[in-house]
Amino acid sequence: MSLLFSVNMHNFDQIIQDASLAFAATDDPDALEQIKASFLGKSGKITRFLKELAKLPPDERRTVGAAINRAKEAVELALNCRRESIRRVALEARLAEESLDVTLPGRGEARGGLHPVTRTLERMEGLFRSIGFDVADGPEIEADFQNFTALNTPEDHPARSMHDTFYLQDETGGVAPGILLRTHTSPIQVRYMQAHVAKHSSAETMPEIRVIAPGRVYRVDSDATHSPMFHQVEGLWIGENVSFADLKGVVGDFLRRFFESDDLQVRFRPSFFPFTEPSAEIDMAFMSGALKGHWLEIAGCGMVHPNVLRHVNIDPEKYIGFAFGMGPDRLTMLRYGVNDLRLFYDGDLRFLRQFV
Amino acid sequence: MKFSESWLRSFVDPACSGDDFSHLLTMAGLEVEEEALVAPSFEKVVVGQVLEVGKLPDADRLQVCRVDVGSGEPLQIVCGAPNAAAGIKVPCALPGAELPGGIRIKVSKLRGIESFGMLCSARELGISDDAAGLLVLAADASVGEDIRRHLDLDDRLLTLKLTPNRADCLSLEGVAREVAALTGAPARFIDVEEVAATLPHSRPVLLDAPAACPRYCGRIIAGVNAGALTPAWMRRRLERSGIRPISALVDITNYVMLELGQPLHAFDNARLSGALHVRMARAGEEIVLLNEQTLALQDDILLIADELRPVAMGGIMGGEESGISLATTEVFLESAFFAPQAIAGRARRYGFVSDASHRFERGVDFGGTRRALERATRLIIDICGGQAGPISEALAALPERRPVRLRPARVARVLGLTLPAERIGELLLRLGLPFIREVADFVVTPPTYRFDIEIEEDLIEEIARLHGYDNIPAPAPRGWLSMLPQTESSRSLARVRQILADCGYQEVVNFAFVEEAWETDFAGNDQLIRLANPIASQLSVMRSTLIGGLVANVATNLKRRQSRVRVFETGRCFFRDPAGRPVAGFRQPWKLTALAYGDALPEQWGVVARDVDFFDVKGDLERLLAPHAGCFEKAAHPALHPGRSAQVVVDGQVVGFVGELHPRWQQKYDLPLPPVLFEIELDVLLQARLPQYAEVSRQPPVIRDMAIVVDQALELQQLVSGMKANAPSLVRTISLFDVYAGRGVEAGKKSLAFRIVMQDTQKTLLEAEVDAAMGQLTTYLQEAFGAQLRV
Repeated sequence: MSLLFSVNMHNFDQIIQDASLAFAATDDPDALEQIKASFLGKSGKITRFLKELAKLPPDERRTVGAAINRAKEAVELALNCRRESIRRVALEARLAEESLDVTLPGRGEARGGLHPVTRTLERMEGLFRSIGFDVADGPEIEADFQNFTALNTPEDHPARSMHDTFYLQDETGGVAPGILLRTHTSPIQVRYMQAHVAKHSSAETMPEIRVIAPGRVYRVDSDATHSPMFHQVEGLWIGENVSFADLKGVVGDFLRRFFESDDLQVRFRPSFFPFTEPSAEIDMAFMSGALKGHWLEIAGCGMVHPNVLRHVNIDPEKYIGFAFGMGPDRLTMLRYGVNDLRLFYDGDLRFLRQFV
Repeated sequence: MKFSESWLRSFVDPACSGDDFSHLLTMAGLEVEEEALVAPSFEKVVVGQVLEVGKLPDADRLQVCRVDVGSGEPLQIVCGAPNAAAGIKVPCALPGAELPGGIRIKVSKLRGIESFGMLCSARELGISDDAAGLLVLAADASVGEDIRRHLDLDDRLLTLKLTPNRADCLSLEGVAREVAALTGAPARFIDVEEVAATLPHSRPVLLDAPAACPRYCGRIIAGVNAGALTPAWMRRRLERSGIRPISALVDITNYVMLELGQPLHAFDNARLSGALHVRMARAGEEIVLLNEQTLALQDDILLIADELRPVAMGGIMGGEESGISLATTEVFLESAFFAPQAIAGRARRYGFVSDASHRFERGVDFGGTRRALERATRLIIDICGGQAGPISEALAALPERRPVRLRPARVARVLGLTLPAERIGELLLRLGLPFIREVADFVVTPPTYRFDIEIEEDLIEEIARLHGYDNIPAPAPRGWLSMLPQTESSRSLARVRQILADCGYQEVVNFAFVEEAWETDFAGNDQLIRLANPIASQLSVMRSTLIGGLVANVATNLKRRQSRVRVFETGRCFFRDPAGRPVAGFRQPWKLTALAYGDALPEQWGVVARDVDFFDVKGDLERLLAPHAGCFEKAAHPALHPGRSAQVVVDGQVVGFVGELHPRWQQKYDLPLPPVLFEIELDVLLQARLPQYAEVSRQPPVIRDMAIVVDQALELQQLVSGMKANAPSLVRTISLFDVYAGRGVEAGKKSLAFRIVMQDTQKTLLEAEVDAAMGQLTTYLQEAFGAQLRV
């Protein structure tokens, strides 16, 4: 007797229920597939019914066939549900197992950082570049000529005593003549103008010179507020109509951008440098904060002296302009609230890391 | 230039005072560097005269005084000062006075005796540190006068930081002239009258170096009392100008110098013989100066010499032998003009400056030579007595005051501010700069006291100064717009620094002058560049390597318990080099040096801790060098471990080195672990590469691995460059992925494993082509290096 006739139509419901229970009874994916075989595999219960189907008369075959298919679909659905559920449980278990303490620190190298004065110099370069200033550099062992003479400061000029100059020894232990450690970045002015003039000697009108020159400079001076080596940034703008008013405009603009504040005052105070005329010291004061109202000297400046221009073959009647020498160490101290200049040259990581 | 404000106000008395007055001077270029009160505020202290001093029963030190304070009945005051004596006049604080430091004076009882005030020392009034006893006042002080008035205590001390161009302000009169110009207040200068000669004595003067000294005036004053007391007012003014009173004659010369700006010198006339010559020193001459220094003179030193010997360094300092003393009765008083260029730098060369040289090298009014002599003569006769002889004056060509043309249009161009001609004229007049008009221009003849007005810009500065720098606008700048070049074939120093910072290094800035030992230890430098005047012996040699500073940074940081140090510096290094430029004889290349010490990575939970090694730092250097692929060759370096150091070659040039610090230096510099470092020419790092497109192959790559066994000593670079040179073109990359020595590999050998990627841009590679390529490589390795294929 055919299997089909040993069960009635209700038996399909039973099979579905059996399958569902069997599926549910395992949470192992492999076991689930085995159980699946006992229903849907080659000799599985459903398959067996299907094989018998051909033996039924055509009119019954349709109804029974439909019933088997429904049962098959139902079993498959139950199977898929179970598979999904097992997968989800497994995934959840894996996720739970793989869970990290995300508060543990990340692995690898820590970031180093730039020296605070470098930060200042880079910002200064950026700000001056934004209005078309080139950046130049020059030698630190410098000729007396470029450091002084070409800057209208001949030998024995009293202004030389304003700079306590480091000199070098010659081979015999005496003082090498004509050579020194630059006392300011102004000699770069001279070298830059010489090169600029040579480059444009054939032009009717020389293009403007707009340049800053940052660098290390040296003076025989060492105490709480002076370092024998420190930084300076030279600025130079020469054109056909560059005035003292422009100098005030540029410096004021720079300081407000540098400190990202309009809350500061700038004043120009008459002073003397052999290589500028008129000359000025630039003082600034914050209008709020701890240093409120204190005038702080941050630069020397002035209109480039006609003799300096003549020294580099620029006609002072045709071209005119200004120069300044700024103290980036001082600007850095003000910007970050550093109170001791010596920290910049001490290499103390506890200090330097604050600027990472 | 230091002086008391009240002295200045005797010349010019503007309405503004205090901070406003200081601000005015500062903003005119006479920077007030320091201002101080002569005495702190107090009141109700008067001149008192001690009438009687009596002992106080049961007290060692206390005495009871009766003091006349000019108010009728004398006061009874208990006093502990050792110098309390009848007759002296002293400051007396009356009941109700509040002294500096918060001491309140009231009627009190001491040992049962009532005291109606307090007698004061200088310290109790806050005018000096002298607390030894009561401040004894002049005998002619008027009893009852307010002590502040009596001692002129409502005075301020001003110190001006004068720039070298403003020699004209090195005197009270000069500052007064400036203040008058600034404020419009009238200046009252000293009315100096000629002192008629009542003696025939004179001493001839000869100008043998007329360019250096074109005017010399002198006169004899005989019968002076060198021991006369300097009047209190003069002493006070000198003291408040920072000059210690010495004796009347010296004090008077100093006083006139401060007052008028003319340095004077008083010789003891009895110690001079014959005519005075103003001449240049002869080589080999010597002089003993008033400061007891003995100088061997060079031939550019100006001398005053009598017939026997040099008696003074002209314009700098007098000689000891011919100087005045308390025994002097006859003075030869000198007032001269020494040319700035004959004085400049001379005293400094001998390691000192004097008030005279300071003024002469900046420029002294050559129109005021006689006037100062007359002024000093008058004061000497008034204070020390005596009679004056006639003035001997030797005169040559004085400096010229060339007219300077000032164009209003140029004023506008330089300042960026148009001033009407009337305003310019007004400012020039206020400055005492006489001019004539030539059409639009002003032609100014500078006065004899101004040495800083030679060109038009000098006048423009004067005008700007007086008009006020603050009154010049500060517009947004306008300029010629053209873009700055941005070369892609180079990269900025900022970028290079950032790469290193991203690799964990902290930038430092060390001094460019270093210890000599650093140069020999770390660079083997025998061509040292020494400073002639270092501030300290450990800062005496210019560095040719940045290593020393970084090693020292490690040491300092270890002391501060920072056990992991990664630092770098960029800076110039200095070499003697005959071909060096732009400064002849020196090469000054920029270098970048980085050093790593301690843990390879910051201490952390997820990585096994180990010390930094050669390959960590080499990796950082390779990252920095990219896109250059540096070639590393084993090479010795004085700073480095001979087995762990390499030179870096880029484009055939040695550009630096990398390695572990030599154990010898590690020990000498007291470092528990070996630092690993590299130093590289910065130029190389600033080169970048303009990218160049090459077609990307669509064909799949074929990857084969190969392991070979070679001699332990064989360097990888040799092997790989040989392989690359001898591989067929389809081999794209050869990379090492394992190095092994130990079990399974013969002693003295090592196993190297390579991954070889092959690819053709046009077609898929055939198995046979791949095999052939691998075969070619194997054969090459066997033949060239005796390598055995490891299976």
